[in-house]
Amino acid sequence: MSGATQSTAVSTGRITRTLIYLVLLLFALFYLLPFFVMVVNSLKPLDEITGGNMMSLPQTWTIQPWLQAWSSAQIGVEPTGLRPYFLNSLLMVVPAVAISTGLGAINGYVLTKWRFRGDNIIFGLLLFSCFIPFQIVLIPMATILGKLGIAGSIPGLVLVHVVYGVGFTTLYYRNYYAAFPTELVRAAMIDGAGFFRIFWRILLPVSGPITVVSVIWQFTNVWNDFLFGASFGGQSQPMTVALNNLVSSSTGVKEYNVHFAGAILAALPTLLVYIVAGRYFVRGLMAGSVKG
Amino acid sequence: MASRADDADFRTKLQEWIPKLVLSPSVALMLVFVYGFILYTIYLSFTGSKMLPKYDLIGIDNYVRLWGLSAWWTAVSNLAVFATLYITICTAIGLTLAILLDQKIRGEGMLRPIYLYPMALSFIVTGTAWKWFLDPGIGLEHTMHLWGWESFEFGWIKDRNMAIYTIVIAAVWQTSGFVMAMFLAGLRGIDNEILKAAQIDGASNWSLYRRIVIPLLRPAFLSAFVILAHLAVKSYDLVIALTGGGPGRATELPATFMYSYTFTRNQMGTGAASAVIMLMTIAAIMMPYLYSELKEKK
Amino acid sequence: MGFLDISNVTKSYGKTEVLHRVDIGVEEGEFLVLVGPSGCGKSTLLNMIAGLEDITGGDISIRGRVMNGVHPSKRNIAMVFQSYALYPNMTVGQNMTFGLEMHGVPKPERDKALTEVAALLQLDKLLDRKPGQLSGGQRQRVAMGRALVREPDVFLFDEPLSNLDAKLRVDMRTEIKKLHAKLKTTIVYVTHDQIEALTLSTRIAVMNDGYVQQLGTPKEVYDTPANIFVATFMGSPAMNIIPAQVAMQDGAPHAVLTNAAGETVQLRFSQENMVDWVGRDILLGLRPEALTDPEGADRKSQNIAALSNPVAVAEPAGSDTFVTMTLGGRDVIARLRADTSVTPGTSFDFAVNMEKAVAFDPETERRIPA
Repeated sequence: MSGATQSTAVSTGRITRTLIYLVLLLFALFYLLPFFVMVVNSLKPLDEITGGNMMSLPQTWTIQPWLQAWSSAQIGVEPTGLRPYFLNSLLMVVPAVAISTGLGAINGYVLTKWRFRGDNIIFGLLLFSCFIPFQIVLIPMATILGKLGIAGSIPGLVLVHVVYGVGFTTLYYRNYYAAFPTELVRAAMIDGAGFFRIFWRILLPVSGPITVVSVIWQFTNVWNDFLFGASFGGQSQPMTVALNNLVSSSTGVKEYNVHFAGAILAALPTLLVYIVAGRYFVRGLMAGSVKG
Repeated sequence: MASRADDADFRTKLQEWIPKLVLSPSVALMLVFVYGFILYTIYLSFTGSKMLPKYDLIGIDNYVRLWGLSAWWTAVSNLAVFATLYITICTAIGLTLAILLDQKIRGEGMLRPIYLYPMALSFIVTGTAWKWFLDPGIGLEHTMHLWGWESFEFGWIKDRNMAIYTIVIAAVWQTSGFVMAMFLAGLRGIDNEILKAAQIDGASNWSLYRRIVIPLLRPAFLSAFVILAHLAVKSYDLVIALTGGGPGRATELPATFMYSYTFTRNQMGTGAASAVIMLMTIAAIMMPYLYSELKEKK
Repeated sequence: MGFLDISNVTKSYGKTEVLHRVDIGVEEGEFLVLVGPSGCGKSTLLNMIAGLEDITGGDISIRGRVMNGVHPSKRNIAMVFQSYALYPNMTVGQNMTFGLEMHGVPKPERDKALTEVAALLQLDKLLDRKPGQLSGGQRQRVAMGRALVREPDVFLFDEPLSNLDAKLRVDMRTEIKKLHAKLKTTIVYVTHDQIEALTLSTRIAVMNDGYVQQLGTPKEVYDTPANIFVATFMGSPAMNIIPAQVAMQDGAPHAVLTNAAGETVQLRFSQENMVDWVGRDILLGLRPEALTDPEGADRKSQNIAALSNPVAVAEPAGSDTFVTMTLGGRDVIARLRADTSVTPGTSFDFAVNMEKAVAFDPETERRIPA
């Protein structure tokens, strides 16, 4: 490699470069291996797993474990498969993400472009609420959901996820809108646009990148949540809880291939979102929240 | 604020109220569901609640009891071990990978998503995958034996003394890629001219990183620390899926302790006290960080 | 009562007052420039006229209607911002007619107004572009077009040229001046650039520390600055301020000062009332162009004094040669014709146009009126 084309500050010799690639590839292996093993073994019959090598490809390929995990595996006491729980998760995620993102956007707009005395305190309180250990709210939440009559229901879970997600979405939109020139808002005011019109016509049309971040973040968090699902899921348990029930059920033979298929099914939506939009997520996240 | 109210038109006044009105639902939700609940839990921690909330104040008995429980001590010392290793290893791996990836690596676009994808998975999935991968009977140990390495042993997950480290491994697997991304963003944000200047000053690669680059990454270190520390304190799902707190109670963390004491052992008062201590731990980490964040952005 | 009246206006943030009792009356068709260093309160005042900031005390009225507390969009004003503030998601045409749309103007009328203004500013070919595809100068014109379409009572400009490069800035300055001459609109224009202020305005308000230091025509502000701040802020290079005493000589008041060689120099005042200051210290204000080589001196002046002084540095600047020297213990700049030959270190005979000299009271720093 010629020094002239090397634009990073550091130039390195050939041996170090080989070492660097080696280390990077080893880590890639480390990250890929568990998932690889899951996929491969979810496509094997059970006896091939217990008797064979987890690293080897299936000798007999089968999608039976997937079908079983999806529609007939024993979850708790019912042989329903994961399908109804997948649906629960979906019904919970969509409104929770939409509501918390919408609230976050309008909050961020107010907190940056319509500042008032004490707005920073409100933002500080919202921000801190993102980081609390949820154990601190479990007991009263159980009581309140019961009183509201939405304990163990999807609306209850939606409420919980909106409440504890709105801090993050507000944070994202606030940081994004903070970089948006206030002069534009002033120009629109002089042009005669009011509070909502400015939001709708001026800010929202340029909020694409941060909306991607907010939606992915909320989607991943809500979909992957276990604690709230396990505590307040009741009759409407989400996918993660069902998966845990499937995997840790102690009755009968452990059907590892079915467990793996189930785990991948549970991971699929977030993985898909990540594959489709992950690039924008990381970019937006870096620009928005964790810049020093 | 207009000096003559009769001249101020209605719309202007309305415009002053709309923003606050729009913000109020979120503020109300937050005040009730976050801060109200926190106060409620704090109150409960001073009561003799067992299976259901009771409102009789019994002083600090719950806290005294809590710190007298060996299970709580196990959970706390587990958290100390877990958090220290988790934060250190994640930071070390994240920083190393970021620095290496920043060396004009061919295929960076391929490697980055591979490092990052575990963060898209839920801890339950991660736990399931690793539980099996680490199971001596069918996982890594078994495979090594099949490949002819008969003496290979890796039974940490079944070992009371070592099981907590398997949680570290799985947690690091899940989050270290994310830490890498944070450091990489930090590295990419460093002004290239500073690096050129340092090279002209005769800094070697090693001292360039040690003296210039890593100090400049301070904000990324801080963010990484805060995020990892609060994740560590909140860790719950991973333990449930990977070890279920076992073998025995060897991998209990405060989060699992709180849950089981409150909801399965019906010691709500004690559970509340443990939750309060978790909150205080996180507050101690977050407060200085939030304070500096808000001050800087004014 | 003027067209735009700013009477007794103050502004405070909490307990700090940042604008103190500002009184300015602007006539219809006037071009008022608010000029001053950053933090002087000029932008705050402009924002208060626009309604973007509350008025703490006093009144602002347009066409006799008090505007305190009236929404910005109902003041019939238009504003051109420093960053242009073009809506990034709208085309040039949409940007320019957004205000009309918000005010419920029907589409055919909007289009008509747009066509007229676009032709005036030569924006016709750019109407379908997005702001991101325009050059700095084009964006500037769109921002002005957006203001013009509204046909407001008052145009407000907030440092509109400061984001342009030097050459474009001069061109746009001329454009704005032409536009004002053609449309006879009332303009309030904020800038920190004193040349912009002098070239564009019909009147200037020089501001500092939240006070209006002087309000007057460009000529008044330049020739008879109210105080030392105005004298040194307006004009480049700045006015020389030289410590001197006043003494009587041949029946006329003279300024007595020491040159770089330690010799005493006497310069006769044109101002008769300097007699009152005999025996006292003053600060003598001389613009660089009043301190020239003898051939370059103003021929119309009745009072050219001779001054011999060693030269420290000579800087040929193309059209002029600037000379730095010490006078009265201060660094002083003289402006000579371009081809004057001066040798640093040697003495040179200067001509001082004392008709243009001003004197300041060292205590109050105010100009001693003629």
